[in-house]
Amino acid sequence: MRTLIKLSWVELKLFVREPITVIFTLALPIIFLFVMGGVFGNEASTDDSGIIVFRGVGPLDYYIPAYFGLVMMAIGTVALPVHLAGYRERGVLRRLHASSISVWSVLGSQMVVSFVIAVLGSVLVFILGIIVYSPHIPQEIGLLVLAFLLGLVSFTALGFFLGAVLPSTRAAQGLGLILFFVMMILGGAGPPPEVLTGAMDIVGQITPLRHVIIILQDPWLGFGWNVQASLVVAGITVMAVLLSARFFRWE
Amino acid sequence: MTTQTGDVSIDEMTAVIEVERLRKTYGNTIAVADVSFQVNEGEIFGLLGPNGAGKTTSVECLQGLRHPDSGNLRVLGLDPKAEATTLRRRIGSQLQESALPDRIRVWEALDLFSSIVPDSPDWQILMEQWGLTEKRKASFSSLSGGQRQRLFVALALVNNPEVVFLDEMTTGLDPAARRVAWDLIRSIRDRGATVVLVTHFMDEAEKLCDRLAIVDRGKIVAMDTPQGLITEYASDVRVIFTTSREDISWLDEISNVKKVIRSGPRVEVEGSGPVLALVAASLVEHGITPADLRLVQPTLEDVFLRLTGQDIGG
Repeated sequence: MRTLIKLSWVELKLFVREPITVIFTLALPIIFLFVMGGVFGNEASTDDSGIIVFRGVGPLDYYIPAYFGLVMMAIGTVALPVHLAGYRERGVLRRLHASSISVWSVLGSQMVVSFVIAVLGSVLVFILGIIVYSPHIPQEIGLLVLAFLLGLVSFTALGFFLGAVLPSTRAAQGLGLILFFVMMILGGAGPPPEVLTGAMDIVGQITPLRHVIIILQDPWLGFGWNVQASLVVAGITVMAVLLSARFFRWE
Repeated sequence: MTTQTGDVSIDEMTAVIEVERLRKTYGNTIAVADVSFQVNEGEIFGLLGPNGAGKTTSVECLQGLRHPDSGNLRVLGLDPKAEATTLRRRIGSQLQESALPDRIRVWEALDLFSSIVPDSPDWQILMEQWGLTEKRKASFSSLSGGQRQRLFVALALVNNPEVVFLDEMTTGLDPAARRVAWDLIRSIRDRGATVVLVTHFMDEAEKLCDRLAIVDRGKIVAMDTPQGLITEYASDVRVIFTTSREDISWLDEISNVKKVIRSGPRVEVEGSGPVLALVAASLVEHGITPADLRLVQPTLEDVFLRLTGQDIGG
């Protein structure tokens, strides 16, 4: 336990000292928030052909919870895999292993750091969104917190899995960035999902982000708890945990 | 700790490491073919050999970092495979090819690693001993090769280990830093720990190890004290001098002389026993009194060359 606490604290400091990760996970969602706010404003609307977009709510009511998901997704697709694959490639994991630091301490500390970053990133998105665009405030806080935790655990598990199977920093950066942008654009954090058609929509449906966004938005907007989406997210989480356990290697 | 000589039986001492018929392969590559040895409590035991001889794989198996294909291993009475976690808390290791996060600071690493074992000793003392105090706030990536090595050794000692594995620890150190490291390794031993030293430096093995095994192509080809190895495998000394005299063929006639090599004015006489005195007397008799007559003792390098047929390349 003492090691887990120490390691978590060290990892948090290491995160802060890595400017690229800080920008990617914390600053990028805020930049997107302002771009989307600038493009769409916060009036509920239909697109040119009359389809209801943004689930019938204001664009910013849609995007603010969606960007909570985006922060988690940045952690799970890029920050964690790059960090873990780099640790393995450079022999950091080997060093920790030889000193009997357990896999639970290593992954537990990453979980703690992911949690702190996700909360920090979401709070930043929330505060700036509220100040600038005065959108709806969350309706059902308890369910929102639950959805937040479920989404975060899911993306952290995905990050562990990618970090376990990707052999190097370079591979993790390459694949992670592709996953990040595909998921962002098709998963509901880019254009409103209603305008995606055909194959784009199908790919969007199979991204974990699409479902995480829904479970975050529903309690926020007062739609209650989305059972179907939460089951999908839970399923992804279980799969990712099992695969991480199967493929985790110290070197 | 009694200095062990060839005729003291190992059974009289407490073995902290026992290796019987260790074998480890990676696909078709045989890393360790068949290795057996014991390390006694409180000694500095060396594994000396060229790169790729199987030294590192052997000690990694002993630390439970790799699992051998076959063989019996015991470290501090524990099975490194089944009881790896318990074992790792009682040993210290400085590994080859390992690293710390780039931006971790020296003091943070020491603080973190000392948190693993309850009641671990004060890491500040280690930081001081290993000359890292002035670098305490430096990040790992900013350290020189030597500073990194010293940090790794300090980390290996942070849990007050009973057995310490040092794998090529002086690689990357400048000559002065190596001398300092040797003294520190002796101090680890003097504190009561057993040291297993993997090295490809002849002088290091000869000066530091109480006993050593020469490893070549996955096998131990010889094992004894450094002096014991030299006596057994390279007993011949060389007498060297220069002379302008053309005919020195009478040197071959002297008893104990085995070989005379001449290159220009330089003469090298190989032989055994009192060959120096005999050669000196004979030279004087023939009216030659070289001012540079000297005796060169065999070293571990000669043993190594003889046993493996190759230079160690380091």
